[in-house]
Amino acid sequence: MARAVTNQRKTVNTVVAWAIGLLIFFPVLWTVLTSFKTEAEAIADPPLFFFFNWTLENYSVVQERSDYMRYLWNSVVIAGCSTLVGIVVAIPAAWSMAFVPSRRTKDVLLWMLSTKMLPAVGVLYPIYLIFIELGLLDTRVGLVIVMMLINLPIIVWMLYTYFREIPGEILEAARMDGAPLRNEIVYVLTPMAVPGIASTVLLNFILAWNEAFWTLNLTAAKAGPLTAFIASYSSPEGLFYAKLSAASTMAIAPILILGWFSQKQLVRGLTFGAVK
Amino acid sequence: MGRIVLDKVEKNFGEVTVIPPLDLEIEDGEFVVFVGPSGCGKSTLLRLIAGLEDVTGGAIRIDGEDATAVPPAKRGLAMVFQSYALYPHMTVRKNISFPLRMAKLDKAEQDRRVEQAAAVLNLTEYLDRRPGQLSGGQRQRVAIGRAIVREPGAFLFDEPLSNLDAALRVGMRLEISELHERLKTTMIYVTHDQVEAMTMADKIVVLQAGRIEQVGSPLELYRAPRNRFVAGFIGSPKMNFLEGPEAAKRDAQTIGVRPEHIAPSPSEGMWKGRIGVSEHLGSDTFFHVHMEGYANPITVRSGGEVAMHHGDTIYLTPDAERIYRFDDKGLRIV
Repeated sequence: MARAVTNQRKTVNTVVAWAIGLLIFFPVLWTVLTSFKTEAEAIADPPLFFFFNWTLENYSVVQERSDYMRYLWNSVVIAGCSTLVGIVVAIPAAWSMAFVPSRRTKDVLLWMLSTKMLPAVGVLYPIYLIFIELGLLDTRVGLVIVMMLINLPIIVWMLYTYFREIPGEILEAARMDGAPLRNEIVYVLTPMAVPGIASTVLLNFILAWNEAFWTLNLTAAKAGPLTAFIASYSSPEGLFYAKLSAASTMAIAPILILGWFSQKQLVRGLTFGAVK
Repeated sequence: MGRIVLDKVEKNFGEVTVIPPLDLEIEDGEFVVFVGPSGCGKSTLLRLIAGLEDVTGGAIRIDGEDATAVPPAKRGLAMVFQSYALYPHMTVRKNISFPLRMAKLDKAEQDRRVEQAAAVLNLTEYLDRRPGQLSGGQRQRVAIGRAIVREPGAFLFDEPLSNLDAALRVGMRLEISELHERLKTTMIYVTHDQVEAMTMADKIVVLQAGRIEQVGSPLELYRAPRNRFVAGFIGSPKMNFLEGPEAAKRDAQTIGVRPEHIAPSPSEGMWKGRIGVSEHLGSDTFFHVHMEGYANPITVRSGGEVAMHHGDTIYLTPDAERIYRFDDKGLRIV
């Protein structure tokens, strides 16, 4: 017999879940609130929650002092292009590993993932030197390449697990049903693979967008994305909490909105009810 | 329409020979069952016929034409998979009509055939659902529907009932047999269940280690098994095998007697033993009798309601006409 969930229990669960959710969300909320305060209110003790002089001043100062749009554009280009190139490289790789595995497939996958265990700082010097040699320092092309390579193991691994879930018998059934390769890909394979590819793309885009180690170390003024934009407001001398918050809010807003609208895709969808 | 000939067909996976060269003829309209223990190569053989695997050697002819190198789509065969292999993102209607869409049939004809197949398979009210919303039996019927709308030269079934529960399996078995009666199309059916083989087949092909052990009608195999493997595989419960003095007495290495060809008696008979486990099925009772000098118990069929119990002494008399003799290679001595 299924365990009966009483209404009271349900209420308690709901309250607890909301409390945990709010706790996790609080720093983000605080950042957003602070961005609308004056610098004096931002450090007021006790802290001010909602009753302060709401102002957009910080935003205009930040926009004036640094070119937000340029950083935003750099972020879009770096995250977008690295994801695109990564997916183009990863699809055939994951495909062959999922559908025509060899004896070494598992080892290759593990080896790829193991590169993520290497501390990034360990290869900072070699990469920095290579970048200088190749003239890639502080260029978007350079960052696209690094981001793509950094995230490639994750993309391949994710796609591999998605592709593995597509049962080979369904593709064989399509072949038996008289579908030529093109139709097999268009009508059967793609619809089943798209949700997996979409969530991989989204996750990878978010990872590339948020990546700070390489973007901070390999860029200066020209190719810096939003991570560099935020970092430029955290200075050891002087207090700029409100402006830092405004910069942070502007930096996280696009990805937050994207994440909000695509959460359905991010959560693994499409149940495979067709097999067994 | 559906005469399939295998001519010295052979399959190796790398170094491993799965199917040594093999000949087989399947007549148009026949219901042929490939049966054998798991790993005997029966599914591989079916996949070779389907074209999903390439043969290593030999030729496959369908209706007289060499189909060895023809891709699966062009062989005019339909297949029902063990896992059903339905398209999860399509409705039942789209699933069934998929082969027709691939064949570019006009819409009206597609609809007509889908409706007809759905009516035959009791799927009419589920046409707009997706496979995920159906039960196992319904999914199986959709898979069959997808196969029949094409009006193929032959149907290939790869253990289609093994994912269903026992009661549903018996029902679907009948439905498939009825379908064969109605369509009169060649059907090749792979199973490891000899009961399915016996009840459905016109012709049974018994396979072991990729080799054909015997081909024949169910009763031929039952009455005249060529060797010990076939004798043991066909028939339920299994044939009893005895070695030692009883076999030597009859100039054989081993003798075999089916449980239904042994008459049990509480008072007199040829062999004496003691009843171990007895299985009461209502209609029948199966006694597992332990005989002195024999390691394995002998299974005996008796009437449904008999007054003999665990531990009782029992006498067994095999039907002399139905004792099978096998030589040291397992071949039957005739």
